[in-house]
Amino acid sequence: MIIDLPHYLLLSAVLFVLGFFGVLLRKNTLVIYMCLELMLIAATIALAAFSHFNDTLDGNVFVFFILTIAAAEVAVGLAIIVALFRQRGTVQVEALNHLRH
Amino acid sequence: MANFLFYFFALLALVSAGLVVVSKNPVNAALGLLLSLVGVAGLFVLLNAALLAFVLLLVYAGAVVALFLFIIMLLDTRLEPSKPSPRLTLIAATLGGALLVVGVLSLNQRAILLAGGASGTGPTLKHYAEQLFTTYLLPVQLVGFLLLIAMLGVIVLSKKSDQAEETL
Repeated sequence: MIIDLPHYLLLSAVLFVLGFFGVLLRKNTLVIYMCLELMLIAATIALAAFSHFNDTLDGNVFVFFILTIAAAEVAVGLAIIVALFRQRGTVQVEALNHLRH
Repeated sequence: MANFLFYFFALLALVSAGLVVVSKNPVNAALGLLLSLVGVAGLFVLLNAALLAFVLLLVYAGAVVALFLFIIMLLDTRLEPSKPSPRLTLIAATLGGALLVVGVLSLNQRAILLAGGASGTGPTLKHYAEQLFTTYLLPVQLVGFLLLIAMLGVIVLSKKSDQAEETL
């Protein structure tokens, strides 16, 4: 059995769903952030697979951009989390409910 | 051989992603993320994108996971026992995940996907450079600008919280 596009797409979807579960179910902001990164990575697998099996380069170039954006995003997000921790002394999401109506 | 490698790396990525989701300790989660990235880099090599695999390991495993570990050390979060998720969240998670998997399955069953053109050697650095500096020139510049803004933003964010602490 040859490995082709559907295998990669399915793998990408399952990885995305794992990250999605993590974002919804975990309580620690840092772990939620890691799961967000997992979702981004899952999307890059799908892009690279489409690019490979269609014999183009555009998907790979998009993966480049996603990696760059993710690096910037992680830097800003972690700075925000550190600022939040200094203000509140916790990173558990249950404790961060001051915007609740 | 390629089949075996695909299943090996896919399993590595999925199992360690599961580790990220379930592990109680954030350090274990970060190391799981690292392993998952190694698996994904292996898949990129199988997809003839060795350069992307290299960049992924360099940027993610080298910088992002190290940054996560530093922040975990800095924040010194204790393992607080947390309440189980509300039922609504569980239902939403299951429904969302199931919808996505069903969508991809139906795509696999019904859609006409191009069967692998898959040329032998794969793109080289020169091909990437050609694309990045012709078709995608404007996005490259925008991304460079965005990195600059992100750097400034991080500096401002960390500085502000320092001042807030001083005034307290």
